[in-house]
Amino acid sequence: MADILLKVTDLEVKASDATIVDKVSFDLEKGRVLGLIGESGAGKSTIGLASLGHNRAGLQITGGRAELNGRDILQLSPRDTRDLRGVSVTYVAQSAAAAFNPAHRLIDQVIEATLWHKLMSRAKAIQRAKELFGLLGLPNPENFGDRYPHQASGGQLQRAMTAMALCPHPELIVFDEPTTALDVTTQIEVLAAIKHAIARTGTSALYISHDLAVVAQIADEILVLRNGRMVERGSVDDIFNSPQEDYTRRLVSMRQTEKQAGAETHDNLLSIVGIEAGYTPGVSVLQDVSLDLGRGETLAVVGESGSGKSTLARVVTGLLPASAGHLRFEGKGLPSELAARTPETLRNIQIINQIPDLALNPRQTVEAILSRPLAFYFGLKGSELKRRVAGLLDQIELPRTLNDRYPAELSGGQKQRICIARALAADPKLIICDEPTSALDPLVAEGILDLLMRLQKDIGTSYLFITHDLAIVRAIADTVAVMLDGKVVRYGRKAEVLAPPFDPYTGKLIASVPEMRPGWLDEVIARRTLPLING
Amino acid sequence: MGGPPLADGIDTDIRAISPLPVQKAGGGSVWLLLVKRLLLGLLLLWAVSLVIFAGTQILPGDVATSMLGQQATPEAVASIRKELGLEQPAPVRYVKWLGAAIGGDFGRSYSNRQDIAKSIAPRLKNTLLLAAMAAVIAVPLAILLGILSVLYNGTWIDRTIGLVTLSAISLPEFFAGYLLIAYFSVAHFWLPSSATVSDAMPIGQRLVVMLLPCLTLVLAVLGHMMRMTRAALLNVMASPYIETALLKGLPWWRIVWKHALPNALSPIVNVVALNLAYLIVGVVVVEVIFVYPGMGQYLVDHVAKRDVPVVQAAGLVFAAVYILLNILADMVSVLTNPRLRHSR
Repeated sequence: MADILLKVTDLEVKASDATIVDKVSFDLEKGRVLGLIGESGAGKSTIGLASLGHNRAGLQITGGRAELNGRDILQLSPRDTRDLRGVSVTYVAQSAAAAFNPAHRLIDQVIEATLWHKLMSRAKAIQRAKELFGLLGLPNPENFGDRYPHQASGGQLQRAMTAMALCPHPELIVFDEPTTALDVTTQIEVLAAIKHAIARTGTSALYISHDLAVVAQIADEILVLRNGRMVERGSVDDIFNSPQEDYTRRLVSMRQTEKQAGAETHDNLLSIVGIEAGYTPGVSVLQDVSLDLGRGETLAVVGESGSGKSTLARVVTGLLPASAGHLRFEGKGLPSELAARTPETLRNIQIINQIPDLALNPRQTVEAILSRPLAFYFGLKGSELKRRVAGLLDQIELPRTLNDRYPAELSGGQKQRICIARALAADPKLIICDEPTSALDPLVAEGILDLLMRLQKDIGTSYLFITHDLAIVRAIADTVAVMLDGKVVRYGRKAEVLAPPFDPYTGKLIASVPEMRPGWLDEVIARRTLPLING
Repeated sequence: MGGPPLADGIDTDIRAISPLPVQKAGGGSVWLLLVKRLLLGLLLLWAVSLVIFAGTQILPGDVATSMLGQQATPEAVASIRKELGLEQPAPVRYVKWLGAAIGGDFGRSYSNRQDIAKSIAPRLKNTLLLAAMAAVIAVPLAILLGILSVLYNGTWIDRTIGLVTLSAISLPEFFAGYLLIAYFSVAHFWLPSSATVSDAMPIGQRLVVMLLPCLTLVLAVLGHMMRMTRAALLNVMASPYIETALLKGLPWWRIVWKHALPNALSPIVNVVALNLAYLIVGVVVVEVIFVYPGMGQYLVDHVAKRDVPVVQAAGLVFAAVYILLNILADMVSVLTNPRLRHSR
């Protein structure tokens, strides 16, 4: 057995009233990468930070050991802890855009720890930083560091942060969801860069992610966590080929569902014809967008951040009047302005938002939230109203006992179900779903998607489904529109859109989605013929 | 250098080529911003001059009558009004007054017939000197105390600093001034209670004499600046990049100094400017208490005499100082913000 670099034994971290990490133990050998995987609240970031002798405000490391080369870093003096950080162990944060200081140039931040701990001379540190910029495929490595954070893109910053972590020759790097905030086509580049840099420098790493497909590409071994406890630990191949625990099996078999698209319908519920729209006069975010949504079907609009997909949703809801083109709903013209729409139309178009926490009034109970549209649109009162609320809770598969709860007392998935019930309460013909699952953990998200599909089957609701995730498109869509820079670059029935021959962007988008199997990234890299790009 | 084999030649980051409106603010447009701010300041000053002039016009009472007192016969009043140019319509007088003021001529005092510009100059110098002395003590002290209370956030140090500075703000200046006099001058004879300075005084003695009014002013402005420094820093300390700095193994003082302070500078500079302006404009009470020959005392004397040209001149000077300091604060904010200094 090779040298053990990090040995964590019975680590226990508590908040005032809850156990966040419950007796977690693992070893990390030198030169290896251990993936920590789990949902939010699984304690994976807490474990990562404990490896740097750090706990976030409100948390307390109450037990266990974390030995780096045999020395327990949880027992170090503040001074020794500082000498450990930025020297032996370094950190790559989830959102580099927020984790870089906006007031200083990148180069100064990248070499700061190295200089502060007197590991190299300034000239040497700058030289190393430039080499690392090159290693990570950053454009113009000689001068890249002269930029301020706002002058680099999200993907570039994430790579610069990796360079910052590598600069002092650390023994261990903790990657805390380094690609979660990135678009899928950017994610693959950053993943490739990180994998290459780790392999080249021989550094060990803890790689934290909620996305098993991502971890499988980088890690040698995987530790599955849930609610602060260890579920399973094994090599990547073991986890994928012979998972021991039911939870792991569910994680591995995710994203396999696919909606069977029916025959093409010509009964259009919503027609979007030649829409142009934008936020500043003269600047169109949407350019000549034309799409149709069939009755009882799902139109998935897929694209990356800035592609204009959420703007399209705002146009359909009437919140953002179009500057050109028109909308048709049930064969009749749909006014562009919200104020010009009839109450009947308003009722027929409902929306489910990305972040349920922001979409629910925290001071209203579930019953009050669901009663409002019933009273407003249908004038329901008394026992009839109560019966209908109970019926809605049944429909979204939540117990009727949740009636008196406030949103803060519900889980993320429950909150999103309440948002769905609130949309259903209006008995709409069209529900606009704006990334309804992207803020949720994968298994919870699957439950929400299943619910939406079942409701469509039962009551025939149509969905305009905004998403950045192609796996979701496969699971729910009948028709697909791929958007790039405010234009529809590909549009048609799902089977056609997701089958070759592809246009360059769709091809790249599909090729960038991590597949749920080890070795996928290596194959993609190997298939590539063109060398380095400069992003 | 062997880089990782990456994408098919397409730009890595979609955001880099997105059509989203990107704020273009190059080096040139920073100067444009500053020039705009300067012009806005001038416009504001002009508006203030209108208000000052209009305000002094609607004041009750008549200069000529009050100057003559018992001898105010209608003929004497008319002749004085003619002599002062008061028989001309208000807009004409405004234009004449403003034109002269731009050239540095504030006219002559009604009460003692002296050139106002010449009377104001030494007093303005005295007021600026007192304000500068208070600022040199108060600004670094406030920022230091703010930093200290952030470093020791929640401990007794933080609470003591908060309590002391809050008490200092809560005391009215005239009260704080008399308390200081009672202690330093009456009880212990350490410092003189009167701050009557003259140009003949040696500089050392002059500073000693100014110490009590200066301390009174420091007490008045310290709390604001300290509390704003603390609030702005605490706000920034919650940012992810502070955790990044912490995980680099940097000590707290360096994190606060190097990573938090530059990002908290804008609100701090603004509140410092407001307080500096207050030091110059708001010294009236303090100057009167300590009999300090500055602008404030001059203004109070002449308001009592209905000496309109002096009141107008003092008002205009105060407004100019106020506006200038705020422009300076804006300029510092802009120049310390890399987003504005460097385009994307």
